[in-house]
Amino acid sequence: MQTVYLLVPLVCLVPAIIAGLFGWKIGRVATHLLAISGVALACGLSVWVFLDVLAGNEFNGTVYAWGVTGGIPLEMGFLIDRLTATMMVVVTFVSLMVHIYTVGYMREDPGYQRFFSYIALFTFAMLMLVMSNNFLQLFFGWEAVGLVSYLLIGFWFQKESAIAANLKAFLVNRVGDLGFLLGIALVLMHFGSLDYAAVFASAPHLAGQNVELFAGHGWDLMTVITILLFIGAMGKSAQVPLHVWLPDSMEGPTPISALIHAATMVTAGIYMVARMSPLFELSEVTLNVVMVIGSLTAFFMALVGLVQTDIKRVVAYSTLSQLGYMTVALGASAYSAAIFHLATHAFFKALLFLAAGSVIIALHHQQDMRKMGGLRRAMPWTWLTAWIGTLALVGIPPFAGFFSKDAIIEAVQLSQLGASGIALVAVTAGVFVTSLYSFRLLFLVFHGRTRMDEKTRDHAQESPWVVTLPLVLLAIPSVIVGFLYLEPMVFGNFFGEAIQVAPAHDVLGRLAEEYHGKRGSDLLLAFLWHGVQGLPFLFAVAGLIVAWFLYLEKPDLPGVIHKRLGFFSRILEHKYGFDEFNRFVFAGGARRLGGLLWKIGDVRIIDGGLVNGSARLVGWVSAAVRQVQSGFVYHYAFAMIIGLFVLLTLFLKL
Amino acid sequence: MQLLDYILSLVIWTPVVGGLLVLSTGRDERAPVARWLGLGVAVLTFALCLPLYFAFDAGSYLMQFQERVSWIPAFHAYYHLGIDGISMPLILLTSFLTIVVLISAWQVITDRVAQYIAAFLIMEGLVIGVFSALDALLFYVFWEAMLIPMFLIIGIWGGPNRIYASIKFFLYTLLGSLLMLVAILYLYFASDHSFSLLGYHDLALGLQPQILLFLAFFAAFAVKVPMWPVHTWLPDAHVEAPTGGSVILAAIMLKLGAYGFLRINLPTFPDASHALDWFMISLSLIAIVYIALVALVQEDMKKLVAYSSISHMGFVTLGFFIFNVHGMEGGLVQMISHGFISGALFLCIGVMYDRVHSRRISDYGGVANTMPVFAAFMMLFVMANSGLPGTSGFVGELLVILGAAQTNFLFALLAGSTLVLGAAYNLWLYKRVIYGKVANDNVAGLKDVNGREMLMLGMVALFVLALGLWPLPLLESIQVSVDHLLVQVSQSKLP
Repeated sequence: MQTVYLLVPLVCLVPAIIAGLFGWKIGRVATHLLAISGVALACGLSVWVFLDVLAGNEFNGTVYAWGVTGGIPLEMGFLIDRLTATMMVVVTFVSLMVHIYTVGYMREDPGYQRFFSYIALFTFAMLMLVMSNNFLQLFFGWEAVGLVSYLLIGFWFQKESAIAANLKAFLVNRVGDLGFLLGIALVLMHFGSLDYAAVFASAPHLAGQNVELFAGHGWDLMTVITILLFIGAMGKSAQVPLHVWLPDSMEGPTPISALIHAATMVTAGIYMVARMSPLFELSEVTLNVVMVIGSLTAFFMALVGLVQTDIKRVVAYSTLSQLGYMTVALGASAYSAAIFHLATHAFFKALLFLAAGSVIIALHHQQDMRKMGGLRRAMPWTWLTAWIGTLALVGIPPFAGFFSKDAIIEAVQLSQLGASGIALVAVTAGVFVTSLYSFRLLFLVFHGRTRMDEKTRDHAQESPWVVTLPLVLLAIPSVIVGFLYLEPMVFGNFFGEAIQVAPAHDVLGRLAEEYHGKRGSDLLLAFLWHGVQGLPFLFAVAGLIVAWFLYLEKPDLPGVIHKRLGFFSRILEHKYGFDEFNRFVFAGGARRLGGLLWKIGDVRIIDGGLVNGSARLVGWVSAAVRQVQSGFVYHYAFAMIIGLFVLLTLFLKL
Repeated sequence: MQLLDYILSLVIWTPVVGGLLVLSTGRDERAPVARWLGLGVAVLTFALCLPLYFAFDAGSYLMQFQERVSWIPAFHAYYHLGIDGISMPLILLTSFLTIVVLISAWQVITDRVAQYIAAFLIMEGLVIGVFSALDALLFYVFWEAMLIPMFLIIGIWGGPNRIYASIKFFLYTLLGSLLMLVAILYLYFASDHSFSLLGYHDLALGLQPQILLFLAFFAAFAVKVPMWPVHTWLPDAHVEAPTGGSVILAAIMLKLGAYGFLRINLPTFPDASHALDWFMISLSLIAIVYIALVALVQEDMKKLVAYSSISHMGFVTLGFFIFNVHGMEGGLVQMISHGFISGALFLCIGVMYDRVHSRRISDYGGVANTMPVFAAFMMLFVMANSGLPGTSGFVGELLVILGAAQTNFLFALLAGSTLVLGAAYNLWLYKRVIYGKVANDNVAGLKDVNGREMLMLGMVALFVLALGLWPLPLLESIQVSVDHLLVQVSQSKLP
């Protein structure tokens, strides 16, 4: 099996290298065949690994020794357990769909081979991230996916907005990475190892210890470590206030928005926290912080989604909001529910993005929803799959999102942490907003009257099969994964030892008690019945009705409301002013400070004052001394005699 | 084992003698002879350096490949050479980069070719001399002598403002060197007429003399590193120096200062090192943060990379003076890595300068459209300079941050700011120069890298990646020497 583990990332890396170096030579077809077969193989092998792990074969071992410092070995290695295997399947499956889709979407792009090289490389990096058995390799994968994300957002590098967005994405992520790296440094310092197994095993012994970060203040060690790690997760998984890069990342081609900025990379933070559950469980402070941050993201980002007009940006804000849901689940210690939602979300959100992409190519790269409408007839497959994705996202039973989202809401309800009150309000109200913006998108794009020009409308047609096939293949899990995996993932101990929950925080255990004794379809029906009676379901339906009323029945009404609520609309349109703030304070501030240090510090004080100052001093002294060399012999003779006298006096005295 | 007994002398004098031979080819009509001969000498020297790695005993901290012959008997000065795990990688780096520099000059330098090549070869020998000298007088002679070729390279093949730059460079360095000479003379008398650097390690010294001597050597080494605030010669020197000069300056010369701290200051003045650690750490942290901010606003590509060098060298000195194994190993790895990365970045700027004859960022834009292969190389080096894992730039930064966190969380936080600031100035540079639409006719007419340029960039890229993906061999060869140095610096020498 070890060979298989190694093969999974390698069959993605090799095509990436070949496509990158020799893509120009082997041509488009060979490139995409190579990349697709590589990722397909990786997907097949991942499923094999998944089944093998379910059969009880887990693995934790070293691949190679990367380095050593102070006697501590730093190694690259794999940890293959149920959590890893789940992630592997999700990542490779979505990646495969996106690879196939790309053949259609990027057909006319001159950077075709480069694109395949990047997405194959991304799959490799993401696999290394989830398969790691230590913090170091995790960080490697973490930064590598960040790199590929940077390259792909800026894929169309002639577009000014794209290269601004990728720079922003990388820098904001780096802020998170700083926290992450400091967290890793503290882990190495206090645990003497970067190996998951070793760290998690000794974590309970270090609980309650204090650490002095800045002179005089004692802080709880576990809180400090987990907060720092979580800052990393906030960057990668785009949690407030480090979320600002994700909407702009939509400047990249749509396939990568689906793969990287919806399904996989942005969930790395969620995966990481779930993986670190033995550490996070040791600090309630951190769990509360996690829950608050998640709640803010889940609710407030959903609101921004209401006013977006760019189809991809609506989906992007939806992604932010859903990542917030997952984060809330993490804070509530419902790690399994978070991973469950991560998986279902990966399918239906990738589906929604790819459907949006299908619309975008049909309309010749038109992304403004105000210029769409009524596409249902022209694009039946896209329309149908978009409906499935939307129903799954909104949480209408029996679609996948219903189960995973309801599990999160139930878990928050049962949580006893201080922040769970806020979180419950946010995630419940969030359901209404989610439903509203989702159906707004659906109605504006596919229903109602057509708002595009004649030419575009006449040319609008269903995308080729390479585009619709992935849509259909993603629609299937968006329907079935929910009810198939609800019982094992939420009620069963699916992830086993990989996820550890302190008894006091075990919300999913308490949830299971409520359904005590029920199994299989009984459990599903009970969960469903409980769900449709609850507030979230009512909200979801209400959102549908309101959206229908506003965007199909009375299409003029949204404009009026928009004007009436001018102040709030402006806040939402400015996305709460995060961008303006960052641009002025951080980007501008750093440049102003740098300019100041350079012009004043280096040029004026050090060079002007010290260096050239001393040169001037030498100049003055030499000018003075030059006067002595008068050229008259009697001057010199006089000086010599004086000198002789002085010397004699000194020596005679001694 | 005859060869191994004289191997250090061979690697020092082969390039020097080779350089003189190249010089004898004379005028530019015979430039091809000079080029091939020079390259041959450089490759031969590198080949001679390989046994230094393969026959090196990484399990011992003792000086290896030692040679000791009486040199000036009247002063008890010896021609004493030897290397340990600290100097060995630096020697390999030097001999490798000399090859790269000669390739980079191939079609670019057409004026006084033989002299140019000879200057680099002679400098290579002298620099290796500094890295392997174990006699203070010999060390000093190599140290001073190596400045002369550099001074000439900037002064003869440099840009329009080269005289100002080379004099600034010379004066800065001279001031430091003179204080170092005084300090060496003090040690000579204090040690009963000995110039043995290793002997100084065991010399008992009071705290006050230690501090004064520390500061005297500091003056020489800090200028070379360069540490804030004696860094302002570097951007000027880089801007005026030809590409090869910049490469050697950034990749090798700066390392000499840091090496001096390791070979002399830490083991000879351990008590002063501890007493002044706050001072060294403060200067290092200022360099890391202040200089990174300054790099952000540079409009000249070479100045930007020069400032980035200073910021990265701050990591080196920070790593040394937090006195733990992660920091010191990190500092050393950072020295090697920075040699490759800064060298590569100057090569990249050279590639563009040779075509457009401008270093101003605003004269570029959209280079990726016309030079895609070059853009890929530049991306790698820029990312390496931002400390991306998988490149050598990450290893040193990681270890220093790990070490700093153990000493003081605040140090780690400030040093870690480079994760953001470093990425900011590097990627913003990349955005403005490489990405975007074709900015002007110059960029539109650019030709992508030729085979020679691909070779030199590829050679460096290979090492940047290899060190990033598998730093174990390097870490293993330095660790025993670093451990020993940490023991030395932890033992008080107060009488």
